[in-house]
Amino acid sequence: MGRGRPPIGYYRGQSVFTGDKIDMRFAIQINEGPYQHQTSDSAYQFTLAALEKGHEVVRVFFYHDGVNNGTRLATPPQDDRDITGRWSELAAAHGLDLVLCVAAAQKRGIVDEGEMRRLGKDADNIAPGFRISGLGQLIEAAIVADRLVVFGD
Amino acid sequence: MEIKKFLYLNRRAPYGSGYAQESLDVVLIGAAFDQDISLLFLDDGVFQLKGGQDPADIDLKDFSPAYCALDMYDVEKLYVSGESLAARGLSGKDLLVKAEVLNDAQIRDLLDEHDVIFSF
Amino acid sequence: MGILHTVNKSPFEKSSLQSCLRYAKPGSALLLMEDGVYAALRGGAFEEPLKRAAADLSLYCLEPDLKARGFPPERLIDGIRLVDYGGFVDLAVEYDKVQAWL
Repeated sequence: MGRGRPPIGYYRGQSVFTGDKIDMRFAIQINEGPYQHQTSDSAYQFTLAALEKGHEVVRVFFYHDGVNNGTRLATPPQDDRDITGRWSELAAAHGLDLVLCVAAAQKRGIVDEGEMRRLGKDADNIAPGFRISGLGQLIEAAIVADRLVVFGD
Repeated sequence: MEIKKFLYLNRRAPYGSGYAQESLDVVLIGAAFDQDISLLFLDDGVFQLKGGQDPADIDLKDFSPAYCALDMYDVEKLYVSGESLAARGLSGKDLLVKAEVLNDAQIRDLLDEHDVIFSF
Repeated sequence: MGILHTVNKSPFEKSSLQSCLRYAKPGSALLLMEDGVYAALRGGAFEEPLKRAAADLSLYCLEPDLKARGFPPERLIDGIRLVDYGGFVDLAVEYDKVQAWL
């Protein structure tokens, strides 16, 4: 134990505990919005690492202020990471299902085209790769996945 | 769908943040999925079950009646940490709904027994 | 195999670490991440509680978070293993479930 050994996890595609190719299904829950907390960053890095190891990420579910990760209208500083854009790109590259909770999104003003029409809003603002759906999607993901990993503050 | 044991872990007080109310929404929706559901109230989460809540003067919605309606959704397993209650000067008499008071060892077992733990 | 507990807040800010240690069973693991890594500092107020916990729990610290905050591995309490995000994933696979103490 301790500092003499290389940190575990620096081996791709296999578990350093057993050496086997592991194929697990993860569900990810994100409770906080971008930039205000490290939550979305940590979740992103975990999700990326899980995908690189060959695991499946069943769904990334954004709840509470986490729905704010799904706005198309953010303009991050040039020299800083684009949290929303990063999720959109990861979703496109891996077919990730990024879901914003409809009730939480409504309260916080994240709107897709369907919600825009349904609620009589004059705009939609959802970012590419995200969709708005009900809490049932979180429950379903937790049932189907082998592991639920929650990120929050 | 397989049946898993779900534990909703509540550690935050109501009103000072929106986690308590929004976590109840997950419980209510989740009840429709026929899983084996338990709620655990720990740390400041025990305050969610305090009776006599009246947020009218802070213009917030009193959502505490929903805890009393959980059994209508077949959500009947509510657990409260005895240590968290005592540390806050509360007892079972302060609670607005019947919940089983657990000691630390029982809570450790509860966490162990469940397949999925939701945190808010 | 037990639970992988994650603590992401500083124990100087919030009592989540203390709650975690109260309820974590022997044979489980604790991963300190984000501001939670501050608990693992040598000479800090949580050195003793964590050393005691190390008798029962496997302790880990997310290295990217430690490095971000300006601490090299030498500043950590003995008995805490460093992992990267890949290691975090491995831990989540190895243990039965993940419990986030937010």
